[in-house]
Amino acid sequence: MAEVNTEGGGKKKGKKHKTKKQSTRIDLTPMVDLGFLLITFFMLTTTLSKPQTMEINMPVKDQNAEDTKVKASTAMTVILSKNDRIFYYFGIPEEGQELKMEVTNFGDNGIRKLLLEKNAPQIAAIKPLKAKFENKEITEGEYRKAAIGIKGSPNALVVLIKSDDKSKYKNLVDILDEMNICNIGKYAIVDISPVEQDLIKNL
Amino acid sequence: MPKVKIPRKSTSIDMTAMCDVAFLLLTFFMLTTKFKPDEPVIVDTPSSISEIKLPDTDILQVTIDHESKVYFGIDGKFTRLALLDKIAERHKMTFTEEEKQSFSTLSSFGVPIANLKEFLHLKPEARNSVKQSGIPCDSLNNELGDWILFARLSNPKFRIAIKGDRESSFPVVKQVINTLQEKKVNKFNFITSLENAPE
Repeated sequence: MAEVNTEGGGKKKGKKHKTKKQSTRIDLTPMVDLGFLLITFFMLTTTLSKPQTMEINMPVKDQNAEDTKVKASTAMTVILSKNDRIFYYFGIPEEGQELKMEVTNFGDNGIRKLLLEKNAPQIAAIKPLKAKFENKEITEGEYRKAAIGIKGSPNALVVLIKSDDKSKYKNLVDILDEMNICNIGKYAIVDISPVEQDLIKNL
Repeated sequence: MPKVKIPRKSTSIDMTAMCDVAFLLLTFFMLTTKFKPDEPVIVDTPSSISEIKLPDTDILQVTIDHESKVYFGIDGKFTRLALLDKIAERHKMTFTEEEKQSFSTLSSFGVPIANLKEFLHLKPEARNSVKQSGIPCDSLNNELGDWILFARLSNPKFRIAIKGDRESSFPVVKQVINTLQEKKVNKFNFITSLENAPE
């Protein structure tokens, strides 16, 4: 394969009479071909982009642990259901009280608008912080700490995420995503209660 | 014909520089590449705005496909061997050396322990075409719990990642989360694909 080039590349017949000084240069074309073939292979098989993840922290399941009480004024319950529907109500249901269940969806004017409205004081408080962080006036650590403080303030919205049996995993990820978008720091994935299940069954 | 010598320039150009570049790139790709572990199912992950990257090593991945079947996979050949030994002990089974070797190359699987032996005897090519029934994770027969428990005993550094399909149903996801919580895993990751955050 490696054909040897003679100097000047003259006619073949004349070669024999010339001095047998052979060039040290060999044809690298096949080698380059091979190189690019392998590059192509590795480029196609490689996974440069690592998958993104969402970190979930669940509370410790302990029989003795007391249930965390949520203030009724800050509580909001969202129930994921089939066909990407979301049911929601505010407050903590009390015995004998009729639940006022409303329905919305995952669109921009659906649950997000609602959460943004309900969480407006927190979002307003975080905004200048974020601007400061983007202008490099404060470090990332300071920003995070302050943001967590704002998100965790006692008057901030607490979202209880529940789901019936017909919702999809996508809905769960989407609602968790909304929590991040709307700067809601306090949310929990909770089991649905039979009362709520009955209520949404007919909707 | 008289031999007239015409000094003709060779058409071949110097390939050395191109060769250098090609091999430099080749080296780069060879060193950065990490082969996609072959997965038994194609999972279409939901998108989120989260930008946290998943680390490369010490991942215990629970995959949930669109039919809500659960698959289990860990990395590290030796961890897999250690895990199989523990599982064999727990379920009073014995695996031959051949089966162990076969298990150590398995990146992800979704068969009940009772069918594991049969599955390991299949040729690697045949495994992808076989329909795997998923790992049982209901409260009666929670094999997923066993796998998770013993995997964490084999390598305490494991981070647990749940890779669910968009269409997988919520009760199965909830069941997996409950299983994790029973095994005292309260911190885990959902694998998602990236989506731009709205303003």
